Amino acid sequence: MLAFILRRLLQSIAVLLTVGVVAFSLFRYVGDPINAMVGQDTSMEERETLREKLGLNDPAPLQFLNFIVNAAQGKFGLSYRTSEPVGRLILERVPATLELSFCAAVFALFVGVPMGVYTGLYPRHWSSRLFQAVSLIGISLPTFLIGILLILVFAVWLRLLPSFGRGETVQIGWWTTNFLTWSGLKALILPSITLGLFQLTLLMRLVRSEMLEVMRTEYIKFARARGLTNRAINFGHALKNTLVPVITVTGLQLGALIAFAIVTETVFAWPGVGQLFIQSVQFSDIPVMAAYLLLIGLLFVLINLTVDLLYFVVDPRLRSQGGSARVAGH
Amino acid sequence: MASQTNNPPLLEVKNLRVEFPTRRGTLLAVDDVSFDIAPGEVLGVVGESGAGKSLTGNAIIGLLEPPGRIAGGEIRLEGRRIDNLPYEEMRKIRGARIGAIFQDPLTSLNPLYSVGRQLVETIQTHLPLSAAEARTRALDLLKEVGIPGAESRIDHYPHQFSGGMRQRVVIALALCAGPRLIVADEPTTALDVSIQAQIIALLKRLCREHGTAVMLVTHDMGVIAETADRVAVMYAGRIAEIGPVRDVVKHAKHPYTKGLMGSIPSLGVRTERLTQIDGAMPRLTEIPTGCAFNPRCTERGQRCLVERPDLMAAGTSRAACWLHDRGGVGAPIVKEMVDA
Repeated sequence: MLAFILRRLLQSIAVLLTVGVVAFSLFRYVGDPINAMVGQDTSMEERETLREKLGLNDPAPLQFLNFIVNAAQGKFGLSYRTSEPVGRLILERVPATLELSFCAAVFALFVGVPMGVYTGLYPRHWSSRLFQAVSLIGISLPTFLIGILLILVFAVWLRLLPSFGRGETVQIGWWTTNFLTWSGLKALILPSITLGLFQLTLLMRLVRSEMLEVMRTEYIKFARARGLTNRAINFGHALKNTLVPVITVTGLQLGALIAFAIVTETVFAWPGVGQLFIQSVQFSDIPVMAAYLLLIGLLFVLINLTVDLLYFVVDPRLRSQGGSARVAGH
Repeated sequence: MASQTNNPPLLEVKNLRVEFPTRRGTLLAVDDVSFDIAPGEVLGVVGESGAGKSLTGNAIIGLLEPPGRIAGGEIRLEGRRIDNLPYEEMRKIRGARIGAIFQDPLTSLNPLYSVGRQLVETIQTHLPLSAAEARTRALDLLKEVGIPGAESRIDHYPHQFSGGMRQRVVIALALCAGPRLIVADEPTTALDVSIQAQIIALLKRLCREHGTAVMLVTHDMGVIAETADRVAVMYAGRIAEIGPVRDVVKHAKHPYTKGLMGSIPSLGVRTERLTQIDGAMPRLTEIPTGCAFNPRCTERGQRCLVERPDLMAAGTSRAACWLHDRGGVGAPIVKEMVDA
């Protein structure tokens, strides 16, 4: 178990270094940042000193080493656009994105999984067929269109919910939260639904197919023969056996929610890291882009690590392999 | 041990019919099957695959897989009719009054729950015991079915047990709420031959000690001869012969049973070749008129082609064969006539 975690950690570091190379190469290949930072009338000498100050004249491997060492300490340099430290810039935006992604994930999980269980248990019921049909729409409509449609209905026509921004937020330390004000909560609803709808339909369809599979197994039939209640069979025996693939997909999708919140944040003018990234791309603000890339890489690695550990919690067959309890017989 | 006629039967199956609606019409997979099981009695049910023996077992525990359904007849347990009970009522009977053992112990247990947890949940579903009491009972059961080191094994997961040990756990699960009847569907087929005898001996011993009746479904005549008090031989969805196991094995009354017994190799008796029954059991879609066995029967007559025999007394057994009717099988059949 410990060996497994260590192995996974080493792999994670390798992945992050690779992401680091990509992020670093942004600096070298996406135009000359000096041009973006200085005005037309800056002299060559001034440009040269700035170049020296930013370390852009060092040999590439040394620059890469500096970049990695600094990144590991959370120092990503100054934004070319605002001249603020990139770390602080991102940290200011992170709460908005994380809260949005969290709500979207909760929405997807708590609606998607029960719907999947239901449609898996009663595949022939008319409501299951309805869910299936509607989920096709969820899976095939692009996110921005769903966002715009939701804005049209709930913000423009019904005037129930705000169409942009976070509403009022409360500051707790460096973290700003939506959860403590009424307008903040209201502002979360539409973006969360927009962001989570795709994941919801994906989860629902996954749980459904896994449930259909598991309900055909011999141990479910034997559980019935033991006279267990439907509740114990459906939500204990069956659902737990669908969990491994569901955890995998949920983990990957959680990463995707955070990474690809960009579209939703743009549609709803949500002040998160995704929006920051879009602005940075427009200004070729390479330090911000590189830091964002690394941040997303780190998130994916952390989520995957958590997912791997969750497998052990769910499936005892994985636990004993290489462990002390040897498999007896056969 | 043999069936006592004065005791009321534990299980009564009367004219049971199980059918499967398919696109090409409804198939009758179990056709007019009737038998009783006395308390504590072991009834063996043999037949080839597709003879309807497993379906009969599933019908009794109320777990026919859709679209299969009971189309007629009735099933009574301790005098109470159980074939038409609502799902929830039948659920309370399953596990509590009727236990079940399935063919494959490797797939019968949920891989994600420890065996102790599976035992405890079954016990607590049917008996008003606290968690601690249920665990004690689970532990006793594991010891009783011969799991060595039960105290430490109770928290192990199914994959940590061998096939034979898993089947012992399955038996413990079937017995854990003290059922009156166990439907064991091919309980040893998936096991190593060396383990089979142990499991059968265990099942036999436990059921004798607990006074539990068993319906033992198998295609292994050896297992039946060793274990059962009475045996029912099924062919094409019907009972061909039913009677005390000794009589059926030694003095088979139905030509099919005779063929079946002739196909068992026996030690000590030197035979050049085992006898075999020519042909195969008909598909459900093409069951011949008259006796379903007639195309393979060596003793058939004209009557077998047109009239279907019901079970009739034949010595100590009952057989569905016109040989045992006063009218006989009718005129002999000239070979060419049938082929034409």
